[in-house]
Amino acid sequence: MAWFRRSKENIVSQGKKETPDGLWTKCGGCGEIIHRRQLEQNLFTCAKCSFHFRVGSREYLNLLLDDGSFSEMDKKLHSTDPLGFVDTKKYSDRLKETMKKTGLTDAVRTGTGKIDKQPVVVACMDFAFIGGSMGSVVGEKIARAINKAMKTRHPLIIVSSSGGARMMEAALSLMQLAKTSAKLAQLSDAGVPYISIMTDPTTGGVTASYAMLGDVNIAEPGALIGFAGPRVIKQTIGKDLPKGFQRAEFLLEKGFLDMVVHRKEMKETVSKLLSLLAH
Amino acid sequence: MAKTILEFEKPIIELEQKIEEMRKYSDNLDIAEEITTLENKVNQLRESIFANLSRWQRVQLARHPERPYTLDYVHHMLTDFVEMHGDRRFGDDKAVVGGFGRLDGRTIMLIGQQKGRDTKSNLYRNFGMPNPEGYRKALRLMELAAKFNKPVVTLLDTPGAYPGIEAEERGQAEAIARNLFEMSHLPVPIVVVIIGEGASGGALGIGVGDRILMFENAWYSVIAPESCSSILWRSWDFKEQAAEALKLTAPDLVDQGIVDRIVPEPPGGAHRNHEQAASILKKILVEELDTLRKIKPDKLVKTRIEKFAAMGAWKE
Ligand SMILES: [Zn+2]
Repeated sequence: MAWFRRSKENIVSQGKKETPDGLWTKCGGCGEIIHRRQLEQNLFTCAKCSFHFRVGSREYLNLLLDDGSFSEMDKKLHSTDPLGFVDTKKYSDRLKETMKKTGLTDAVRTGTGKIDKQPVVVACMDFAFIGGSMGSVVGEKIARAINKAMKTRHPLIIVSSSGGARMMEAALSLMQLAKTSAKLAQLSDAGVPYISIMTDPTTGGVTASYAMLGDVNIAEPGALIGFAGPRVIKQTIGKDLPKGFQRAEFLLEKGFLDMVVHRKEMKETVSKLLSLLAH
Repeated sequence: MAKTILEFEKPIIELEQKIEEMRKYSDNLDIAEEITTLENKVNQLRESIFANLSRWQRVQLARHPERPYTLDYVHHMLTDFVEMHGDRRFGDDKAVVGGFGRLDGRTIMLIGQQKGRDTKSNLYRNFGMPNPEGYRKALRLMELAAKFNKPVVTLLDTPGAYPGIEAEERGQAEAIARNLFEMSHLPVPIVVVIIGEGASGGALGIGVGDRILMFENAWYSVIAPESCSSILWRSWDFKEQAAEALKLTAPDLVDQGIVDRIVPEPPGGAHRNHEQAASILKKILVEELDTLRKIKPDKLVKTRIEKFAAMGAWKE
């Protein structure tokens, strides 16, 4: 399996909730204090309790793809704030701040790469960018990645982590659910495989579109996956939610996932699937 | 049931009532003249009020408890409607209705979200909030339509997909995603009409088609203004601002390249005259379907996918 290597390129702060950036980090699962180096060696999972920390696209692409094989597409695509949306602050300011803070241009990065020498087209989301929300840019980048996969006939892999559609693009965001699903229907009709990887959290519009539409649906252990957020459901029904509700293992049990795979085994699993589908 | 009158409707309704009163004495010629004057006045008043509605006021109209729902359109537009039930997997969702019927003599499959009008029927219809089996029933009916080469018309009117434990257990997200995927390449014409509330993925779950129509006073967005207010303003009190920011009215959606055509409503809104609202829609549907019927299935699907692929705004 691939070992996570740290290169200068991937040292990017992903914001406080994301990739832990201090030297010591407390595990969100068992409370263990873990050293940065150990965390990296374990691909940002806890050696003791298997808790999976949220990571950014840089870290994920590093652990999934062969070293140096990633070539990014559509790097310059960015949002235009089409509605001139203002809530307590301007969406355009929010975008600028988030870009500066994360070094990203939007909530997904797309490109081509290799997994054990097998060429793939890949899209990987960043939760640090406005909660991994899907607006026009995410939709367009995914659509273009699908076009690339259709043209090259290389399998598509999408790694999701998202709170849903981006409110500040309103109905245009909503339409990205239809747009990405329509493009996936086209990809499916062309007979090109699509593997969906869901990480914590994958909720709302992303789950109700491409995340759930994989030929193979894979999730990381403990990932929150659902349509409505747990808070909304709790508010609606006025009851506490059962333990493990909307977690990856729950979805596996209910029949919506093919498998739950530890991050350390993700590359190996995807590689095996790609090889099975190809030969 | 008590009549619901929205705040901005009050002056119109009051004047209308006054005219109604006066009609009782309409033998008197002098009064007849006065009636005509008042009628002109009420028409002007209605026009000016409706021409200046805020986005939030339109949301209120879209939610008007007397607004026509899916089955009202079925009743007024279709003949020989045969309602069909069940998703063949789990159950029958009462928040989604569908079946074959004739529109101007030709068979169509009509599917829509269905609200209730009082407490009892609202509980029965789950307030128009579908569960996964509702989306799966819709898909089953669409596939049935495709099998027999009949066009599909969907009517969107929901405050959202139901956010419940069982809905999640049965895969609400998967059900919606699957519909978006399958509707994208369904080989028969699909006309989508937002008749009332188009709330997020719950509405879109039956909303992919060749032509997207929207009633004048319907709303369509990624989230309801109240929920948007509670998330972005961290308070429920900014629903008017949220409605403005979301740009969720029919003219807004035409500007955004999402809606193809606005369906005009009878004077004072669709709730004032169900029959007229249905007859306006019927005429438009016949026209749209006549055009779509001439397009070959592969061209239809290709154009539909391209239509949705073009949605969005970005720069590079
Ligand atoms: Zn731990």
